[in-house]
Amino acid sequence: MSAETATDFSAHLPALAVMVPLMTAPLVVIFRNSKVAFGLSLAAAWSVFGMILKTLMLTLEHGGWVYELGGWKAPIGIVYNVDTVAAFVMLIVSGIGALVLSYAPMSVAREIPENRQTLFYSAFLLAMTGLLGMTITGDAFNVFVFLEISSLASYTLVAMGSSRNGFTAAYRYLIMGAIGGTFILIGIGLMYMMTGTLNMADLAERLPEVAHTRTIMASFAFVIVGAGLKLALWPMHTWLPNAYTYAPSVASAFISATGTKVMVYVMLRFVFGIYGTEFAFTELSLGLPFAVLGLGGIYAASTAAIFQTNFKRLLAYSSVGQIGYIVLGMSLATVGGLAAAILHLFNHAIMKAGLFMAAGHINHQVGSVRLADLEGIGRKMPITMGLIAIGGAGLIGVPLTVGFVSKWVLISALAEQDLWWVVGLALASSLLAVAYIWRFVEVAWIREPAPALEHVTEVPFWLWGPTAVMMTLSIVFGVWGAGTTEVAMEAARILLGVAA
Amino acid sequence: MTEDLILRVVTKVLTPFIMLFAFYTQFHGDYGPGGGFQAGVILAAAFVLNALTFGLPQVRKALPDRIMIIGTGLGVLLYAGTGMVSLFRGGNLLEYGVLDHHSPVHGQHLGILLVELGVGITVTSVMWVIISTFMERAVEDAEGGEG
Repeated sequence: MSAETATDFSAHLPALAVMVPLMTAPLVVIFRNSKVAFGLSLAAAWSVFGMILKTLMLTLEHGGWVYELGGWKAPIGIVYNVDTVAAFVMLIVSGIGALVLSYAPMSVAREIPENRQTLFYSAFLLAMTGLLGMTITGDAFNVFVFLEISSLASYTLVAMGSSRNGFTAAYRYLIMGAIGGTFILIGIGLMYMMTGTLNMADLAERLPEVAHTRTIMASFAFVIVGAGLKLALWPMHTWLPNAYTYAPSVASAFISATGTKVMVYVMLRFVFGIYGTEFAFTELSLGLPFAVLGLGGIYAASTAAIFQTNFKRLLAYSSVGQIGYIVLGMSLATVGGLAAAILHLFNHAIMKAGLFMAAGHINHQVGSVRLADLEGIGRKMPITMGLIAIGGAGLIGVPLTVGFVSKWVLISALAEQDLWWVVGLALASSLLAVAYIWRFVEVAWIREPAPALEHVTEVPFWLWGPTAVMMTLSIVFGVWGAGTTEVAMEAARILLGVAA
Repeated sequence: MTEDLILRVVTKVLTPFIMLFAFYTQFHGDYGPGGGFQAGVILAAAFVLNALTFGLPQVRKALPDRIMIIGTGLGVLLYAGTGMVSLFRGGNLLEYGVLDHHSPVHGQHLGILLVELGVGITVTSVMWVIISTFMERAVEDAEGGEG
């Protein structure tokens, strides 16, 4: 915190944004009443959203600041590194968290046993705390601590699903997640060994001296593979489909929209903020493997999505494919490419959260999200299906949706580098999205309603309302893409250290 | 639960000493090796030893699960609350120096004492809740096997 802002209370907002969910989580456990738990969580999530919104506005206006926890100066103390990139990602996490929580009570009541509901809310808040903390912190070890908080809470959320498959899915998620987390920790440890510091800014300063040692190269490899595992970079995504499929709907919507996104952000911070563009992309040529894995992910996962028989699993595979676009943007290491990656973090988070929430509607009314059980459901649940159609259009990249804006920015960035064949591949991949979305449309609308669905009705407003808000946002930011694109460009410039 | 006389007597004799050592570790943590985490584990070990020797229900009489679950949250709140108090007294989050306006050193001491106490409460409670949950399952399985 600089001297000018020392007296201004708003300098504390990012730290408060982490503290509020952290303190609400134990309160929820103490009160042990699911209604109180919901009320407290909702209030916490929306107040955090407000704080982050204010923080983002401050960073856009005056630039970022450094917040010293405990008043200890960096590099000895732990600092929070407040800037536009961090604030933007925190806005995604808190906004999605708040909207998903607004939708939660009915879905939670349907899917989670009464005696575990408070624990569910508590785990949800802890996952949020971890994700927010990981984003804001300027200390490499602190990243790992918050990573573990969010991961452990996410495993718990996944395991609370009503199906027994949730346990095996959560266990697999736990094993893969623990490997990813450990790799990141080893990478951080190796960096600490060579530089004697854990502060990110300090690390960035001291690393170039020792960059050519094998230790630093190994640390780089560990961090990239660890973060890749956590963000479900193809082909390290195998934990993801089951985890998203069997998690309770509320958890699927929140984790799918934020968990992997924050890991992408952590990877951006490490690659561009600590190791530096030159080390990562010139000396070690990270660009090519990222481009290959990104494209591979887009094609392999989107193709796999076409053949799924479960709607949530279809969405999960689509997530892996969409992460491919983000990684493809990162691989360029240009302002345009990074902006495309950051923009798609935001845009995909909105679409996927909305789609998983809509899947929650279906599960609420039908008790299943297997495509075979959903024949002709479009006529029974028109609002839900309309919302899914908007989300699906976004995944394909239809104009006027956020998906189009992301693809537009990504393709301009690729074209800037004269990578025309990649442009072609990225455009052609939209056809795969058309195929898997069509598969659902065909089942839901064109087939005759199955007799089992005779008494199915539309969900109440309290379920479809928040989902509709999410989908409306996906259109608002699709039509008015210039605003989010500008924030993403600014964020990319900060990461690359380029002046506007 | 065991009928072994030696185990029962030794457990009874050792329990107060284990607990005393836990408190020593807890409050000595400001200046020397120790602290809330270690103290919490040691204190929980005293409960676990008793549960193994005298059975889970005996220990639950003294430590109802309800109380211990509140403890898991209370410790975190104490820790975070200390951080928040320093924030509202004009410092940064967790800046204990401002807890005492006359002497920052005393403030630091008070801050770390409260924070470590919070850690101790949470660790003791979490350890006990985890272990009692597992032991309960083992008891249920054993009863199910007989019936």
